[in-house]
Amino acid sequence: MKAEFIVSKLDNLVNWARKGSLWPVSFGLACCAVEMMQCASTRYDLDKFGIILRPSPRQSDVMIVAGTLTNKMAPALRKVYDQISEPRWVISMGSCANGGGYYHYSYAVVRGCDRIVPVDVYVPGCPPTAEAFLYGILQLQKKVKRNRNLTHWIKK
Amino acid sequence: MLYNFLKSLNANVPSLIEKSSISKREICIYTKPESLIALLTFLKLYTNTQFKSLIDITAVDFPDRKKRFEVVYIFLSVKLNSRIKVKVCVDELTSVPSVVSLFPAAGWAERETWDMFGIFFKGNPDLRRILTDYGFEGYPLRKDFPLSGYVEVRYDNTKKRVVCEPLEMSQEFRLFDFTSPWEKVGK
Repeated sequence: MKAEFIVSKLDNLVNWARKGSLWPVSFGLACCAVEMMQCASTRYDLDKFGIILRPSPRQSDVMIVAGTLTNKMAPALRKVYDQISEPRWVISMGSCANGGGYYHYSYAVVRGCDRIVPVDVYVPGCPPTAEAFLYGILQLQKKVKRNRNLTHWIKK
Repeated sequence: MLYNFLKSLNANVPSLIEKSSISKREICIYTKPESLIALLTFLKLYTNTQFKSLIDITAVDFPDRKKRFEVVYIFLSVKLNSRIKVKVCVDELTSVPSVVSLFPAAGWAERETWDMFGIFFKGNPDLRRILTDYGFEGYPLRKDFPLSGYVEVRYDNTKKRVVCEPLEMSQEFRLFDFTSPWEKVGK
C-alpha cells in the first residue's frame, strides 16, 4: 500500500514534468500552420506553457499535424512520427487533418491523419483559432497529467 | 489598337496562325503543333511583339471534341506591356513540341501539364510527374477522371509502412443545389 502511494506520487512528478514541457514538432502543412505560429508568438505565447516548437522530431514529445495531409506527404509524416522518441502524442489540427475536411473527396488527400498516425487530440475548425488550438493543447496536458503508467505497472 | 496589332500579326505570319480572336482586351491565337515553335520564336524575337516571358502552360479538356485538349501558352511582353495567349489543339495520342529550348521556364510547366492531362511534350529533357504521388496512375484534370480517384493510402501496422489501397468511400460525393427549394441530391 505504501509502495503504491509512493509510486503514484512518482507518477505525478513524471506527469508534471512531461506536461510542463511538451515540445512539439510542428508539422505545418497548410493554412493551419499560420494559426499555429500565431499561437506560438507573443499574443498567446506557448512558451509560458513550456511549449517550445521544434523543427526536428529528435527532441520532441508531441507532433502537431496542422493542415491538409496529402497522399504524397503521408509516408513523410509517418517517418517523422516514428522518429519521435516515446512517450509521444499527436494533435490533429483543423478539418483537413481531422477527416479530410474540404478535400475529403479529393483524389490526392488522406481522409484524416488518423489513418496514418494515432491521434490524441482533435482540434476542429477551418482553421481553428489560436484560442481553440491552445485549448486543444491544454486538453492534451490534461491527458498527460492523468497518465498512471507506473501505478498500473506496480499493481500488476 | 489591339485589333490593328492582331491584323499586323496575321499579315506577318499568316501560315503559322490558324485563327485568332480578341476577348477581354487580350489576343488569343490558335496554331498547329508543327508550327508552334516557329510561331513562338517569332513572337519572342520580333521587335513589335517581344513576348519574352512565359507565364504559364496549361491545358483544357473538352471530352466531346475530336482533338480533346487545348494546350494554352500565356506570354507577357514586359517591354510592350502586353499579354497574349497561344493555343494548340491536340488529342491524347499526338505530342506537342517542347518549347524548353526557347523558354527554359517551360520545363516544369510542361511537366505539370503532362502530369495533370497526360499530354506528351516531345523534346522535354525531364518529363516526369511533378505534383501527384509517386506511382500515381491516371491524369487527374481530365474530365473522365473521377473526383475521388481510384486509390487511398493508410498506415499498415503489420507491414509498418504506408500502403496504397483501392478506394472505399463510405458515402458518395453529393452535389447540393442550394438555389433550389427542394434539395436535389446528385443529378
